[in-house]
Amino acid sequence: MTADKPDSPTNAAEQAPALSPLLEKVKARMGALVHEYQTFRGDDRIHLDRANLVAAAQVLRDDPELAFDLLLDVTAIDYLGQPDDFTTRLEVWDRNQAAMRRLPTRRHELVLPPPGPHPRFAVVYHLISTTHAHRLRLKCRVPADDPTIASLTSVWPGANWLERETYDLYGINFVGHPDQRRIYLYDEFVGHPLRKDYQKRHEQPIEPYAGPGAKEPRRPQ
Amino acid sequence: MPDLEQKNLAALNSRNGARRGAAFDDLHTEPMRIQFGPSHPATHGTVKIVLDLEGEQVIDADVQVGFLHRGFEKECETGFFYQNIPYTDRLNYSSPILNNVGYCLAVEKLFDIKTPPRCDYIRVIGGELSRMADHLLAVGASAMELAAFTPMLYLLEGRELIYDLTDALCGARVTTNFVRIGGISADLPEGFKDFAVERLDKVMKLVADADKLLTENPIFRERMEGTGRLSAAELIAWGVTGPILRAGGVPYDVRRVTPYLVYNEIDFDVPVGEHSDNFDRYLVRMEELRQSRRMILQCLEKIPAGPVNTEDRRVRWPGKRQVFSRMEELIDQFKLVLEGGTPPAGEVYHAVEAANGELGFYIVSDGTGKAWKCRCRSPSFSNMSTLKNMLIGGQLADVVPTFGMMNMIGGECDR
Repeated sequence: MTADKPDSPTNAAEQAPALSPLLEKVKARMGALVHEYQTFRGDDRIHLDRANLVAAAQVLRDDPELAFDLLLDVTAIDYLGQPDDFTTRLEVWDRNQAAMRRLPTRRHELVLPPPGPHPRFAVVYHLISTTHAHRLRLKCRVPADDPTIASLTSVWPGANWLERETYDLYGINFVGHPDQRRIYLYDEFVGHPLRKDYQKRHEQPIEPYAGPGAKEPRRPQ
Repeated sequence: MPDLEQKNLAALNSRNGARRGAAFDDLHTEPMRIQFGPSHPATHGTVKIVLDLEGEQVIDADVQVGFLHRGFEKECETGFFYQNIPYTDRLNYSSPILNNVGYCLAVEKLFDIKTPPRCDYIRVIGGELSRMADHLLAVGASAMELAAFTPMLYLLEGRELIYDLTDALCGARVTTNFVRIGGISADLPEGFKDFAVERLDKVMKLVADADKLLTENPIFRERMEGTGRLSAAELIAWGVTGPILRAGGVPYDVRRVTPYLVYNEIDFDVPVGEHSDNFDRYLVRMEELRQSRRMILQCLEKIPAGPVNTEDRRVRWPGKRQVFSRMEELIDQFKLVLEGGTPPAGEVYHAVEAANGELGFYIVSDGTGKAWKCRCRSPSFSNMSTLKNMLIGGQLADVVPTFGMMNMIGGECDR
């Protein structure tokens, strides 16, 4: 696989440090808030500290040159055991061996990789501007021992369900979310299934039917 | 009437004054909670809406999804890239080829593969056929839920005719599994052009008939006009895309805004509405049916000859004859089966315009044959998150047309 160009900042710095036109605009407006700019296959993305997220989101939405008015997607990535977000490449063959290894079916068989030096999770936001038609991706790293990040429902109300889904499947807590409940899974479900340490074949008992009226549907107050 | 109730009613009237007639002021009502679904004839797809009613008026709604959650993203992390294509059929099962195309374009962007032009044209043809099938079902089912049974029969007959075309393309009607990474499963069959022109003419006749039955129908208009309204600014803030956003007057269409495949080489209009109500959503869908046909006819005229699959050895499956007679192809076959074709490490997002809005796939690769993460940004999910705002303030009977025009597809919303 010599033809592959790894998506690494060192590599990018060696070749061409020039940012894309959109990232130049973003940098001019919020230079201090962002600590990394990257472009891969034409996708622009910026890396933020989670403390700066809401301030950055407001600039991105309100600045007339940027005008990111539509929040497309919120999701998370679990980088369990990875040294970073794949910018450092391990040997491809080792990775393939790991990918092909038969997954253990029971929890006690599971050997977890050691935690990487970087925060385990990344929360990812995809934005588009309906006026300028440009797209941007925001990434914030979130550590495993404190998986919290500010909710963006105050900036884009559409973040409501997307953040609920991320909470449901990854266990990231969105501080300031008006109605953070599980959205796909039932309330009794234990764990967060898209985390890498949740095995695909893990089964949970089916909750018995409690009869009509036994449990009122939970509603936001 | 006690003072308290007077006060409650006054508050309600001021909140929803526009839609609440004066005749209801003297009527004694009590707040009531009812469960709409999960099994209800009008919830095509399993969804539950807990409605709080004051008389006939919706004062609060809680939309609950997830009944069809199958773990699409978890499943995609455990299979090679090419093994996930059948799962994408089951996302929006009314327009499967559009999902196939969206997923494969995202993977090709990660691999940095350019497909041959003939392949791009065939993908557009298949995708637009799928979009027509989806719109026919959406409009037909909505009409049926408003007790207009005949147009539903016309439109579903049109969908059957389109399924015949899909059948000719890939041998399947619903779960197509048509697109491959770097190509498609088969070239156009012989005589497809004439077959398609004939079938599309028949479909358009049926659509015109349904149009006559619905568009000027006073009952249909009464129930569709002015219901489920939401302003364009609110739609954008809530992340709504697709026909619903265009019916609000925002000409946001991924095919036009960030063109992919050959959409910048063919002529089409993006219909927009102005009232942002259910009737405009219906009109936008009907116009998109005509535009899709226009696109297919243009593609059939313009389609160039040539191969339909890429020659990139990382994803191309060699023919069986070559595998059994040549060393190189045998090695390729082994590598694809065992390693699945390895892209560079990195992450990409690619969006296509699906029948309900922007369908995006966000793929994170660690450099192996399996995705580290494969996220599907489904239009139905974001659209459904604002259904509550469309329902509050309306009548109970407005739930059905609003939900019908939302065209929630359970497989795509719940993944």
